[in-house]
Amino acid sequence: MSTLADFQSAFVEALHDEASTFVPANQRPFAVYRNTVMRACIDALEANFPSVLCLVGRDWFRAAAAIHATRSPPSDVRLACYGEGFPGFLESFEPAAGLPYLGDVARLDRLWNESLDAADAEPLDVEHLVGRAPSALEAMRLRVHPATRWQVSPFPVLSIWRPSREGVAVDGALAWRSECAIVVRVAGDVSVLPASPAEITLLEACRRGASLGEAATAVSRAHPDVPIELTLSGLLQSGAFAHS
Amino acid sequence: MRPPLAAGLGFKPRHFDEALRCVSPGLWFEVHPENYMGDGGPRLAMLDALADRHPLSLHGVSLSLAAAAPPDTGHLRRLRRLVDRVRPVLVSEHLAWSAWGGRYMPDLLPFPRTHEALACIAANILRSQEALGRSISIENPSHYLALDGHDWNETDFLAELVRRTGCGLLLDINNVHVSANNLGFDALAYLRAFPLHAVTEIHLAGHGVDEDSPANLLIDSHDAPVGEPVWDLYRHVLSRGGPRPTLIERDGNLPSFDVLLQECVRAGTMLAAQGLAA
Repeated sequence: MSTLADFQSAFVEALHDEASTFVPANQRPFAVYRNTVMRACIDALEANFPSVLCLVGRDWFRAAAAIHATRSPPSDVRLACYGEGFPGFLESFEPAAGLPYLGDVARLDRLWNESLDAADAEPLDVEHLVGRAPSALEAMRLRVHPATRWQVSPFPVLSIWRPSREGVAVDGALAWRSECAIVVRVAGDVSVLPASPAEITLLEACRRGASLGEAATAVSRAHPDVPIELTLSGLLQSGAFAHS
Repeated sequence: MRPPLAAGLGFKPRHFDEALRCVSPGLWFEVHPENYMGDGGPRLAMLDALADRHPLSLHGVSLSLAAAAPPDTGHLRRLRRLVDRVRPVLVSEHLAWSAWGGRYMPDLLPFPRTHEALACIAANILRSQEALGRSISIENPSHYLALDGHDWNETDFLAELVRRTGCGLLLDINNVHVSANNLGFDALAYLRAFPLHAVTEIHLAGHGVDEDSPANLLIDSHDAPVGEPVWDLYRHVLSRGGPRPTLIERDGNLPSFDVLLQECVRAGTMLAAQGLAA
């Protein structure tokens, strides 16, 4: 081995290839490194996707996580961020074909983690908008709180995610319909709340930088029967917006 | 004014309330900065609160100083942000690598201590110290493999890094015990050769036996109390080098805060017998 770089490349290859001819990998203790690296990746996925873990059980989860860790090892040293591709992996993972909602449950776990570590900002409350002239309100651009996330799923994702996150079984009488969820962080606590499609439209418009007037138009076009005031006040009360 | 650092504990979020309340003299806490590199939120708020009450040490596991590539600038920037935020009394990293070719291998990997590696690592330490605006200390690793191709023994290698970069050293006595067992060298002879003058911090931890290995391989598992052979080596180091801030590391099989504090008090008593820690 001529250089440090060659040594490292061969070492990394041998970590993932049991048949490697890299000389140090022929020593039995090399397995300590193989095991430690793999275990750390699987432990990180287990920590980052607790609801998926609850739904599929620990043995199934760790077997699936090992396959994912081999195909998509971490690139970021912050293991709390590891698993960006795990929801997509679960969706195309043949043994999970009978659980088509698993990817969206994993996405919600990930949104929860993103919300936890997102930047701090003072939440915007309803009082801030009270008493403003309609034209001033329409021109306002609301800032989505840095810790706010949302999800639209064709599955009853929140009804599956919530009990799973708490480690209990999902109610068998589940209504099989699409659900939306918003993830907010208020006073350091992350919450996942049910959301209406109109709320999601409003949040998306605000994140694009639309004024409140433009956002209201988008909501009324997509959901003509939904009163915009209720949609906005619900989001404000949940802490989804922040002071600019 | 804060008392000099004596014995400290690896901080675990589940011990937050006890850690905040504890007034054991000279107590300090150590964290892995990688766990606190978010943009905000409750984890950082917890670290801020801890830093308000106790001296903090940042002990990195992923700077990958022993790679044939410079440390990741994004990681250094995030580490600097944390250093500026919590004003740690100590910042340390490992004599190991963990990132290569865009991959992160969550472990502390070994390398042949060649002249080339020495130059590489010295440059990486200098880059890191410049980015962080302060000196860092480098920890001796645990060894499991007998590698060929060393130009340097480890103690001379570390001493030369100190000479070239002005870095400090973190002496992990459990790592010495584990490596001496696994590679078949004399731990006391290693410690006699260790450049103790540069040591800014000592680590004590528990280890386990690798059940899959036929050769009684010891694993630096941090999941048990500090072993008696490690306490004996610690006593030897203190008698030769004088007191140094000493950390009890524990990651797995986590006992109650009080049980950890008992080990901390044991180290503190030994430090006090040597006079105050530096």
